[in-house]
Amino acid sequence: MIKKYLLYAFLSVTSIITLIPFIWMLGASFMFDGKASVFPPIFLPDPFTFTQYQILFERLNVWRNFFNSLLLSSMVTLLYITFTSMAGYAFAKYRFNGKKFLFNLLLSSMIIPSQVTMLPLFLLLKSMGFINTYMAIIIPGLANIFGIFLIRQYCISIPDSLIEAARMDGATDFQIYRKVIIPLAVPILVTLAIFSFLGTWNDFLWPLIALTDDSMYTLPVALANLMLEHTKDPELMMAGSVVTVIPVIIVFLALQKYYIKGIMMGSVKE
Amino acid sequence: MKYKNTINAAYFFLAPALSAIFIFFFLPVIAAFIMSFTDFDIYALGDLSTVRFIGINNYLKLFDDPLFYTALQNTFYFVILAGPLSIAVSLGAALLLSSKLVKYKAIFRLSYFIPVVTTLVAVAIVWRFIYHPKFGIVNYILSLVGIAPIDWLGNTATAMPAIVFMSVWKSFGYNMIIFIAGLQNIPEDLYEAASIEGASGWQKFKSITIPMLAPTTIFISLITMIGYFQFFAEPYIMTQGGPLNSTLSIVQYMYQEGFKWWNMGYSASIAFVFFFIILLGTIIQLKIQKSTE
Repeated sequence: MIKKYLLYAFLSVTSIITLIPFIWMLGASFMFDGKASVFPPIFLPDPFTFTQYQILFERLNVWRNFFNSLLLSSMVTLLYITFTSMAGYAFAKYRFNGKKFLFNLLLSSMIIPSQVTMLPLFLLLKSMGFINTYMAIIIPGLANIFGIFLIRQYCISIPDSLIEAARMDGATDFQIYRKVIIPLAVPILVTLAIFSFLGTWNDFLWPLIALTDDSMYTLPVALANLMLEHTKDPELMMAGSVVTVIPVIIVFLALQKYYIKGIMMGSVKE
Repeated sequence: MKYKNTINAAYFFLAPALSAIFIFFFLPVIAAFIMSFTDFDIYALGDLSTVRFIGINNYLKLFDDPLFYTALQNTFYFVILAGPLSIAVSLGAALLLSSKLVKYKAIFRLSYFIPVVTTLVAVAIVWRFIYHPKFGIVNYILSLVGIAPIDWLGNTATAMPAIVFMSVWKSFGYNMIIFIAGLQNIPEDLYEAASIEGASGWQKFKSITIPMLAPTTIFISLITMIGYFQFFAEPYIMTQGGPLNSTLSIVQYMYQEGFKWWNMGYSASIAFVFFFIILLGTIIQLKIQKSTE
């Protein structure tokens, strides 16, 4: 019995310690200038104010960066799901020349870190006139090998008889994909959609390289830039951090079941 | 006829994703490799004809570049410190949350996991203030036990450990989830049999849990190592690589050379050394995995 209470006490204390940075962030974001720079640190704003958010949205135009992040994350996710689900389905259910070779090539390329591609990718997109446009973020996010792989694994478990039955009824290949496969694959598609949305939203290095204008920045890049100018304004920076993390926390909380499953799936070896 | 149609369908389904991957992933990888043997610099951005092949000169220069060694050393220091620490914390959290004594697991699991999904740039900014020498929470907590304020991020000895601590906080929840899945896969009767033979909790942990978790642990070590090896935003936001380059990471150095000074040929050679180290690490871990099976 004592052991049980000790366990609960330990879990509660460590949970709170884990969450302290967020609690302080939230509290400080509602404080007036200078109120967060006190010793000992305080967590509750007194008095409470929206000043920092006003500065952020009215003077610093952060709504524009928020919009960029939201639009880009949604666009990338939509296209990514379409592209990878088609390819994953083809690898799972079609026979064609060079399939095994192609699949193994893709699989072994998963080890190549994306940083290796960044220099030529920048030059390529520059020559296409896409640097500092939304396309610079969307294009590299269209598809990745991990997504194709996960969808293939999932589609393999869909019985062939369902596909055959649809074919008997005169469905075309695309109709089968659209009407049979997609509805059955919804759980894995949701999982990948969260990965893609959060991945695009949180990404920093590539947007930092590919976007060069204040008005084009995604939230993390805008925030990093703001940090260099406002090192001494913790209250303002905390408001910026809140605006950046709240959407991802909401998406995660709403769909956490799928996210957690995705982590476990990614970790299961064949 | 029918077979031919389905082949066309397969290519139709594969074409969008594979063309994207080939043009915007494979092609750049090959181009980066070629670039690493050229003197591609800021002049080449304007006029491609100024690019010359210089053989392995970039790589030779790299091995004489003290800043490259510093970045490499910092990166290894970070990986070697943060990796095992993160795995240990993840395993501890997973074990606690797998205990039968605990209810409301979902709430605790959630609070441990929240840092994983949040934006790295945003939380790095928060931690910058948490480490503030005068007003930060860390120094406040230490002051309660009589420790004098430390300028965590302003000191060459403490800057990297401070970043390590923040990184472990940020990512241990991810591995915790994988460990929980691994623990669920251990058959219950193994523990029951051991209990009947009078094994203590520690003995059961040592001779059942640890060996049964070995494949999971190797997988986790691999992804953790690869992930940490790429760290960039943490020093970029918290220390800008300082003080005195003590937190400069390899990706940060690559970024600076390539996109700040536009020494793209040189930067490409850093990228390939970076890739080679990850590849080597992966091969070693896979070898270990083979030998434990």
